[in-house]
Amino acid sequence: MGDPVTAISQWLESLFLGWGLAPGWVAIIQAFIGVVAIATFVLLVDILLVWVERKVVARFQDRLGPNRLGPFGLIQPLADVIKLLIKEDITPIGADRIVYNLAPIMALATVLLLWAVVPLAPTIVGTDLNVGVLYIVAIGALGTLGIIMAGWASNNKYALLGAFRTVAQMVSYEVPMVIAIMVPVILAGSMGINTIVFSQSPVWYVVTAPMAALIVLISAIAELGRAPFDLAEAESEIVAGFHIEYTGMKFGLFYAGELLHALTMGGIIASLFLGGWRGPGAETYPILGVFYFFLKSFFLYWVIMWVKYSLPRIRIDHMLNFNWKFLTPLSLVVLLVTAVLHKLLVGLPDWQYVIGMLLANVILFWGTLYVLRRYARTERVQVAEPMPVAVPPAAPMSSSQS
Amino acid sequence: MLNDWLFIGVFLVLAPVFPLLALVIPRIIAPRKPSPLKNQTYECGIETVGESWVQFRIQYYIFALVFLVFDVELVFLFPWAIAFEQLPIFAVLEGVLFVLILIVGLVYAWRKGALEWV
Repeated sequence: MGDPVTAISQWLESLFLGWGLAPGWVAIIQAFIGVVAIATFVLLVDILLVWVERKVVARFQDRLGPNRLGPFGLIQPLADVIKLLIKEDITPIGADRIVYNLAPIMALATVLLLWAVVPLAPTIVGTDLNVGVLYIVAIGALGTLGIIMAGWASNNKYALLGAFRTVAQMVSYEVPMVIAIMVPVILAGSMGINTIVFSQSPVWYVVTAPMAALIVLISAIAELGRAPFDLAEAESEIVAGFHIEYTGMKFGLFYAGELLHALTMGGIIASLFLGGWRGPGAETYPILGVFYFFLKSFFLYWVIMWVKYSLPRIRIDHMLNFNWKFLTPLSLVVLLVTAVLHKLLVGLPDWQYVIGMLLANVILFWGTLYVLRRYARTERVQVAEPMPVAVPPAAPMSSSQS
Repeated sequence: MLNDWLFIGVFLVLAPVFPLLALVIPRIIAPRKPSPLKNQTYECGIETVGESWVQFRIQYYIFALVFLVFDVELVFLFPWAIAFEQLPIFAVLEGVLFVLILIVGLVYAWRKGALEWV
């Protein structure tokens, strides 16, 4: 049927049952093999991501990037990994050793855990949990815990400041993200990621709910701690933030975790809004679905990088204001409009339903832009004409010097 | 159903093993020559004054409280979102009312000045 993964899984099951193992043990061994396969595959993609990141950054900055080792510098990340492996591991004086060593493990393990519910193809999915969306939100928050642990255990004030900023960021951007993720849940009527992908059948949800997709993308970038929200590791202010005291492979794990988290977020957004593995021929040949899935994920990864290398870092009070006074109210409005409109339009033919939803989103978008433009105008007036504090003395005439 | 959670359970056990392996290999092959100077915490060239686990003034303490309220209420909304297809219009409007109460709470926090960075 063009799906080797299911075939291998069934062959293994019959093989183990043929050996006379109890069905319970067979299920555990199957899960074990599945987990090892997924994790290994994802980590291999992670090594590739290092190359992608460096190459794309180079192109954004009008450079060539790594191009010496292998074709297009493809072997460069392997050399990086070897370098990180043989570097000395320094633990600072006074660090909380257990938490200090646990933090990088936490940072990468939580990202790996997210892949348990991300569907790569209609049949190739770790497990289609019926609470997949909640699982993703919960595990995503755990990833932040690794950063907080790193900042706390390093016994360094910069690291601690970075950790505190991370808390502020996580505490804020989780809210609009959860609200906006509720929109595809409403449209699909399920929290299972694969069920959500299956139900995007006439059009993807990015067409019927583009505003929610945008909000999820922005809050995902904030949750990742990438620019313009990379306050946790702002080089110019707190040197490197939470991973300042980490060297060698421990730093490498943070780096790998960050890159993989970005791709994972891309994959999750692709599954929720861009139809995941959907594409021509994916239903009959599931292996094609893997290709479409990674195409969309890497596109979103590229968008995240595009944002990262185009925008400057914003100040922390601006970041919190942007979240609480703009993104959260907007996401609540989007949720209300989508819910009511979906209920009213759901009986109509497909094209009328899609056009109705799209029109509502476009109107919302223009309304938001209008409000933003008015707000920006008042802000500019305040900056241009500050309140007079004191009258400056008259400037001396410049012509008297000559 | 149970198999789903079995998979998650196995994953929970195995996920830390992969990064742990990456930390064990340098233990074996990397050099280890710690010295007091090398192990000092980084602070822009000068020695650290005092210890770093000091009491901070956490400026976003109110934000955290608002977040707690929001997150708990949003979890209540998820069952409503899942059962959306079967709900009559009346139940949908009830959910809308719930979200409106949430918005009133946000406006209250805003007017109270809880959303200001102090």
